Amino acid sequence: MYTQALNSSDGDDRGVEDVARASQFQARIDADERIEPNDWMPAAYRKTLTRQISQHAHSEIVGMLPEGNWITRAPSLRRKAALLAKVQDECGHGLYLYAAAETLGTSREELVDAMLSGKAKYSSIFNYPTLTWADIGTIGWLVDGAAIMNQIPLCRCSYGPYARAMIRVCKEESFHQRQGFEIMVTLCRGTAEQKAMAQNALDRWWWPVLMMFGPPDQASQHSDTSTKWKIKRFSNDELRQKFIDATVPQAEFLGLTIPDPGMKQNANGNWEHSPIDWDEFKQVLAGNGPCNRDRLAARRKAHEEGAWVREAAMAYAEKRRSRQLAQAAE
Amino acid sequence: MATPNVPLWEVFIRSRNGLAHKHVGSLHAADSTLALQAARDIYTRRGEGLSIWVVPSNAITASDPSEKGMMFEPAESKIYRHPTFYDVPDEVGHM
Repeated sequence: MYTQALNSSDGDDRGVEDVARASQFQARIDADERIEPNDWMPAAYRKTLTRQISQHAHSEIVGMLPEGNWITRAPSLRRKAALLAKVQDECGHGLYLYAAAETLGTSREELVDAMLSGKAKYSSIFNYPTLTWADIGTIGWLVDGAAIMNQIPLCRCSYGPYARAMIRVCKEESFHQRQGFEIMVTLCRGTAEQKAMAQNALDRWWWPVLMMFGPPDQASQHSDTSTKWKIKRFSNDELRQKFIDATVPQAEFLGLTIPDPGMKQNANGNWEHSPIDWDEFKQVLAGNGPCNRDRLAARRKAHEEGAWVREAAMAYAEKRRSRQLAQAAE
Repeated sequence: MATPNVPLWEVFIRSRNGLAHKHVGSLHAADSTLALQAARDIYTRRGEGLSIWVVPSNAITASDPSEKGMMFEPAESKIYRHPTFYDVPDEVGHM
């Protein structure tokens, strides 16, 4: 069972580290065993995973906003139905991930509040605007493509509930990428104006998508322990390289130009990119991206305006429960 | 912003006739009706199920993983419960 109800009383490993238990724990990780919610784990492992899984969940939920922007303006009923289904999937992914994060002992209410107050982060990519329909194609093709690269190794992550959630997510994510690429193919085979729109979207999204893999390996603050704990199986730069190598031929197929004139293929066949503007990444993370305030304001509004529904549902459940108790007593 | 903790439910889905319900995850809902509807929306968007059970998480009694050694020891030591423990002469053929 992976429930917060069963975990809440387990407070003995939160502050005090126990050397013997820590080495037993590492031995289990080294033997590729899965760690389950009620198992002993170092406080730092719990904290790292709570941070990572909840940020991942927030990203899925905030990620509904840029795409939701185009549901009512999709160019056909087919596109509209697909986009609606995709945005529903993102919501579902957020919920699987919140459930996985909760097994570590923090309630969903606390996790959501940390996001709404701006304390918890979400993926920086969702702070960019979706200006045209081609952005929806580009997000599916590249943003979901990059997410898949990141998420497939997480299916083997040492923490059982996270790994299981990622297996479900990855199965569904493949539809997202294919629907995005289909939009791009259609635009690129369309009029010159449609193709220009596709190129313009690629120009704006390419660099932010490369930043999704996180800071370069020398600068990443979480990588070492995450690798030791088998939360992370590949480095940021390795995944970024894999993504670029997979994407270059796809862009070629579309007849689009990747907005990096300095990019060249090395002797190993890998595509080397020009330097990434990490100042832009830091600025967006710090809250100064084009849409940070919009995104948080939209989440807060939805949360506040939904409060009466949550309260009414709880009040109704309570009323029914007390009626049943009264009837039973008669 | 303080929302009361909404109860937690464990979700079990039977994927095809003949297979048992299997645990697929958990969700929050105010009551069992809402829990069933949420389970349908979260866990069966692609026809994964023919039947859903939702069970309040706090109604589940679980074994203690830290005592799994003692708990499952009786099964570990009884190899004579497996068919391969017994020798059957080759000439008898498949049994």
